[in-house]
Amino acid sequence: MGDKTLTRMDLSEAVFREVGLSRNESAQLVESVLQHISDALVEGEQVKISSFGTFSVREKAARVGRNPKTGEEVPIQPRRVLTFRPSHLMKERVADGNKR
Amino acid sequence: MIRSELIQKIADENPHLYQRDVERIVNTIFDEITDAMARGDRVELRGFGAFSVKKRDARVGRNPRTGESVDVEEKHVPFFKTGKLLRDRMNGK
Repeated sequence: MGDKTLTRMDLSEAVFREVGLSRNESAQLVESVLQHISDALVEGEQVKISSFGTFSVREKAARVGRNPKTGEEVPIQPRRVLTFRPSHLMKERVADGNKR
Repeated sequence: MIRSELIQKIADENPHLYQRDVERIVNTIFDEITDAMARGDRVELRGFGAFSVKKRDARVGRNPRTGESVDVEEKHVPFFKTGKLLRDRMNGK
């Protein structure tokens, strides 16, 4: 099993190889893709990328939490959380690729 | 927003690129992430989030209809953790 960590740089390198734009422009395009996805999510929109997966925003209600160290009660404000549901194709590819 | 709408937004911002190249660019980015996870690698996109692979141990499952025991093999599943910046932005910080 691999243990490498890829970053934006690896993604823009892939775009650079695939399309033949400059490295700089490839990096900017990776950034705008992430930016557009983020902006949609911040607006509360769902982002559905076929054969990749779906990012959805869920509203969590306020609740009373507890500081596990002191036992003290702390109010937890209502908040929005992001969930990612991988597509069947991604699940299959990840399961197959990591099989021993 | 769906894949084609994302492609359209990027195409609108980059009138000097052919639509088909924008499609290839967007597809390459998602394929690269999936390929990395299929190799067992992580993809860390600061501010946005990180894609990683989690191992699910083998277990004895049960057919909910018949109650029969079934062996479920160990498997690996994709996982995404939201980045701090995006989490904060979603909550108006």
